[in-house]
Amino acid sequence: MAKFDISNIDRRWIYITILLGALLPLFVPITFAPKISPEVKAVYDYIDKLPPGSVILLSFDYGPSTLPETEPMAEDIMKHAFINGVRVIGISLTEEGALLALKAYSNVVKEFENYGTIRVNYGYDFVFLGYKSGRQAVILSIGEDIRKTFPTDYQGTNIDDIPMMFNVKNYKDISLVVDISSTNTPNDWITYAYSRYKVPVAVGVTAVLAANYYPFIQTGQIIGLIGGVKGASEYEYLVNQKIQSNWGMKPKRIPAMRNMSALTVAELLIVLFIILGNIGYFSQKGNKRR
Amino acid sequence: MAISSSIWVWIAAFLTLAVFSFLYKDNIIYKMVEALFVGVSAGYSIVIILKHSFVPNIWKPLFVSHNLLYLIPFLLGLLFFAMLSRKTAYLTHIPFAFLIGSGAGFALPLVFQTNVMAQVKGTMLFAPSHYPSLGAFINALIIFIGVLTVLFYFFFSRGEKTNRGIIVKTGIAFIMIGFGASFGYTVMARLSLLVGRLYFLFGTWLGILH
Repeated sequence: MAKFDISNIDRRWIYITILLGALLPLFVPITFAPKISPEVKAVYDYIDKLPPGSVILLSFDYGPSTLPETEPMAEDIMKHAFINGVRVIGISLTEEGALLALKAYSNVVKEFENYGTIRVNYGYDFVFLGYKSGRQAVILSIGEDIRKTFPTDYQGTNIDDIPMMFNVKNYKDISLVVDISSTNTPNDWITYAYSRYKVPVAVGVTAVLAANYYPFIQTGQIIGLIGGVKGASEYEYLVNQKIQSNWGMKPKRIPAMRNMSALTVAELLIVLFIILGNIGYFSQKGNKRR
Repeated sequence: MAISSSIWVWIAAFLTLAVFSFLYKDNIIYKMVEALFVGVSAGYSIVIILKHSFVPNIWKPLFVSHNLLYLIPFLLGLLFFAMLSRKTAYLTHIPFAFLIGSGAGFALPLVFQTNVMAQVKGTMLFAPSHYPSLGAFINALIIFIGVLTVLFYFFFSRGEKTNRGIIVKTGIAFIMIGFGASFGYTVMARLSLLVGRLYFLFGTWLGILH
C-alpha cells in the first residue's frame, strides 16, 4: 500500500473540500454576528450623523466579477443614506460600473417597497449621472462644476431639471464621497478630491485592495474603509440593526452576511490545509535529515 | 423556488461551469469561454466609450454644435492611429507629449502631497499625551518602527550574504506581516467570488437555495 504523503495531496481534493465547506452554510444557515471594526464604524457613524437633506456622492467603480463583495457595500450605503433622508448622487468612473449601479439601486428600491415604510424617488433621493471616462479629469472637474462634467443624467434628463440637483454645484455641496471600487480609483479620489478640494472620502474596496488603503486611514485622508465581504457584512449588520430599531422588522435579504458565513467555514478549511501542509513539509524535512 | 426558465441564466450557468472545469484540468471549453470573455469585455468597453465619451465629448460639440475649438483634441486623438504604420508612427509623439505633459502637471503636486507628504506626517511620532488613547499611541509607535525598519531594509541591506542587523531583520518581519495580510485578504476575496458563483448556481439557476 502506498504511503500517504500529506504534502502531496491531489489539489482537486482540496478544491472539493473547500467547495463543500463553502456550500454547507448556504444550505444550513449559520450566521455569525460580526465584530464591527473601527474603520467600518467610522463610515457608518459619519453617514449616520449627516443631517437629512445632505448629499453624498457614490461612485460605482466595480465590475461584475466582484459583485459578491462590492454590491452589498453599495446597496447598504444607499439604504443607510435613504433611511436618514440623505440624498445620493451616483456616478461611475469604470465602464462596467454604469449598469451595475442601476442594478444596485433597483435592488434597494425593491427592498424598501417590501418594507412599505419609506419610498425612494428617483430625482429626489437618488440620481445616476452615468459613466464618464478620464477619471482624474472627471474628479477634478466636479470640483469646479458638476454640470460641466455631467450636463445630463444617464437617461439624458437635463441636470437642471432634476430636483435634488438644484442646489448642488460642486464638492462644497457634497458632504461625503464614497467610492465602491474593485480597481485603484480610490487613489484618484484621495489624490484629486480630498487633497485638492478637502471633501471627505470613504472607501469600499474588494479584499484584494483593502490592505493598500489602511495607510490612508492613519493619516486621516479617508474617513473609513469597508474592506471585502467582511467589511460589507459589518456594514450590513449595522444597517439591518437600524432598520430593525426604526421599523421593527428583520431584513430577510442579507447577501454580505450570508457570504461571510460561507467564507468563514471555507477559510477555516484553508487554515487547516495550511497547517497540514506545514506538518507535511516539516515531517518530510525531518525524514530527509534522518 | 424552481429551476430557472431564463435562457440567459442557463447560458451564465454553462459559462460558470465551463470556467470551473479548469480546476479539473485545462480543456478546450475553458479556452473557448476565456476567449469569449476577452472579446465581450473589449466589445462592451468600445461601445460604452463611444457612447459616453466620444459622442458627448467630441461628436456633439464638434459636428452638432460646430464648436471648432474641439477640432484640436479631435486631431490629437486621430494622431494616435498613426501608430498603425511604421512610416507615420513618429506622429504619435505629439498626442503623447500632450498627455504626459498635462498628466504630470496635474498629478505631480497632488500625488506628492497625497502619497509622500501626508504619509510622512502620519508616520511622525508625538508624545503619548498627543494621542486619544494608549492604544492609539501604541499603533503610532508600531507604524513608526515599521516604516523606519523597512526603509533600513531597502537602503542598507546588500545582497543575501550581508550580516543583517536587528533593524533590518525587524524590517523583514514587517514586510512579511504585510505580505501575509495581503495574502489573507486575497484568499478572502477569491473565496467570496466562489461563494457568489455558488449562490448563483444553486440559487438563481437550480432554485435550491432561497
